[in-house]
Amino acid sequence: MSLTARDLGLFAIMFAVLAMVAMFQSPQLAVTILNMSLISAIMALGVNMQWGYAGLFNVGIMGFTAVGGLAVVLIAQPPIPEAWAAGGLGILLGLMLGVSTILASVIVYKRMTPSKMRGLAIFAVLVVGYLLTSYVFGPAKQAVQAVNPASEGYLGGAGLPVIFAWPVGAVFAAGVAWMVGKVSLGLRSDYLAIATLGISEIVIAVLKHERWLARGVNNVTGIDRPVARPIELQPLPWVQSLAETLGWSVSQTASVVSGLGYSALFIFVLAILIWLAERALNSPWGRMMRAIRDNEISARAMGKDVTRRHLMIFVLGSAVCGLAGAMMVSMDGQLTPGSYEPLRFTFLIWVMVIVGGSGNNWGAVLGAFVIWFLWVQVEPAGRWFMEIVTSGMADGSDLKQHLLSSAAYMRLLTMGVALLLMLRFAPRGLIPER
Amino acid sequence: MEPLNALVSLSNFMLIPALAYGSQLALGALGITLIFSILRFAHFAHGDTMALGTAAVIGGTLFLQAQGITEPFGLPTALLAIPFGLLVMIAYLLTADKLVYKYFRKVKAKPLTLVMASLGVMFVTNGITRLFMGVGETRFEDGNRFLFTVREFRDFTGLAEGMALRSAQALTIITALVVMVALFWFLNRTRSGKSMRAYSDNEDLALLSGINPERVVMITWTITAILLVLAGTLYGLDKGFRPFNYFQLLLPMFAAAILGGLGSPIGAIVGAYVVAFAEMGITYAWRRVFTYLMPEGLEPNSMMQLLPVDYKFAVTFAILVIVLLFRPTGIFKGKVL
Repeated sequence: MSLTARDLGLFAIMFAVLAMVAMFQSPQLAVTILNMSLISAIMALGVNMQWGYAGLFNVGIMGFTAVGGLAVVLIAQPPIPEAWAAGGLGILLGLMLGVSTILASVIVYKRMTPSKMRGLAIFAVLVVGYLLTSYVFGPAKQAVQAVNPASEGYLGGAGLPVIFAWPVGAVFAAGVAWMVGKVSLGLRSDYLAIATLGISEIVIAVLKHERWLARGVNNVTGIDRPVARPIELQPLPWVQSLAETLGWSVSQTASVVSGLGYSALFIFVLAILIWLAERALNSPWGRMMRAIRDNEISARAMGKDVTRRHLMIFVLGSAVCGLAGAMMVSMDGQLTPGSYEPLRFTFLIWVMVIVGGSGNNWGAVLGAFVIWFLWVQVEPAGRWFMEIVTSGMADGSDLKQHLLSSAAYMRLLTMGVALLLMLRFAPRGLIPER
Repeated sequence: MEPLNALVSLSNFMLIPALAYGSQLALGALGITLIFSILRFAHFAHGDTMALGTAAVIGGTLFLQAQGITEPFGLPTALLAIPFGLLVMIAYLLTADKLVYKYFRKVKAKPLTLVMASLGVMFVTNGITRLFMGVGETRFEDGNRFLFTVREFRDFTGLAEGMALRSAQALTIITALVVMVALFWFLNRTRSGKSMRAYSDNEDLALLSGINPERVVMITWTITAILLVLAGTLYGLDKGFRPFNYFQLLLPMFAAAILGGLGSPIGAIVGAYVVAFAEMGITYAWRRVFTYLMPEGLEPNSMMQLLPVDYKFAVTFAILVIVLLFRPTGIFKGKVL
């Protein structure tokens, strides 16, 4: 693979910094940063495919990761028979009716000649379809949500092992991406940006509002985890002896071991993805993609179907984001739709890709590590900075309180400055494309 | 009296709020469309810059209130603070242009690089706003909150339904009208406005005829700053100030600009009202209106709400998709670069 000594050096520095966190702050923090960096690296890989290979501007990463997270609930949670009995069929039928309404109006649009009649016919189809759908769907939804609302109130999942949810999350995200891409690709490049911005807000709105699906803002917690929990590890003899050798407390050792279990899984996935991505990038297909990115018109003249290739790479990249979203939810063991924020889940990933080096897979990975590390560490650093700034002020003064409490927002500022500096002085990123 | 009651109820809960919301969106969308036609990129920092401008106005308001200067003629104090907000915002946007965008213009970077740069500015602006304001809601509306209240209207007309007109809403609608007229006058009648239009139409030709591009850019940012501060302040007076809500306005503002045709000012205005009325109309519970309009015995027994309010983005998005599918250049044939 194409890593120079300089790139390896940059990665080495990054890991040395993480090791220092483990030594001087706490090993748990280092493992948490490592795991989230790995997940961010996978998201950044997905975005890099879209932006770096093909020049597609996707600002809906949050939506695709959330859809991937939904897959975890739908796959790993046990089904709730009472809810299914109460309204499962109605919900399925309602969804089918909704989809067939849209399909029917598309058919009417395609089959009829353009005229006033066609407009009226489509309108009629939509109205009838809407009424039918809400007639079936509404009561079923109410019934499901009424089943034991304090802890359930949703249909549950398929009760399968949680690891299956990862590929399913990728497929979910790919499906959403296909629909968005089909509509907005082939038009101006900015349109994809706006369309993805819209779909990500809608995905979050659906997750928050449709309680029958994944409990909405009530969150689904206690999802099965692929790795043993710290509490399960604590009584094991080898964990206890390890704690003794390291001189740590048993609970600390257990949580580090559990975290490293996730790291191993994530590294495995990341390694496969990087291998595939590098192979793809250096294949004729990858060269074609870059040719399209660099000069669409001449690629078109060479007989490449630019729109279809764009759709393909857009779906692939979004699937990778969905995979990462599923991995994140299964690590947290909970789906909390309220915690999805565009700044954190869309724009931060963009900073990672730009800082790391767009068009280079290793760059995206390094960018993810660097930026996530900054994201975590800038907050305490900001507080420390504010404490120094305010140390001369009288205790309890309003200004001091305000400055101290607003230290948390320093990280947004830092991210923006990092992005702007990179764009200005090193637009090709830490590890440039080659 | 029944149809009249229906109309009053509709005005109170839908038409007036939608008109106000549409006016706020229109001011924002005008800024997006101006930046797009002069600087030729999609300005993603729009929502957050709007929040910062509003934050400056709120700061000014608090200062004035502390000085005891409040409520001119019963109007919100914020109106007195708007000039301060304008100065801050013009200075901020011009500085951002000098520090960030100017370089990319000079090296003739691709439009998407400028968009990336605007993401950076968005982060910074967002951070600054939250440093000052936090993330919570700030309400800064004072003065007489209503031009007339539901009760006054009911007593005056003797109708069963009441209607209220909040001063924030009335202010929004009037200001938007004045600003739009002024903007069109500026673009069509003044030398600077004409040079802006020439520059947007054909950059090379404009340069040949001696138009100074940096001056055009400066004027564009200044106008954008004015539009942003007004839109943000009016939105804040109407619905309260929360930085995240301003960020979320990005989608409807862009939808409005695209719907009307990117680069077309009149399109941005029309698009904004279409988006606002569609959002409000589809998430509005029509039950009351229909109860008045339907004959006895046929009153609706459901809420008659097409979609829950949480899905107002879905409405914006659906409009956007329909436009992209059937008329990618928008209603008023914007530019397709």
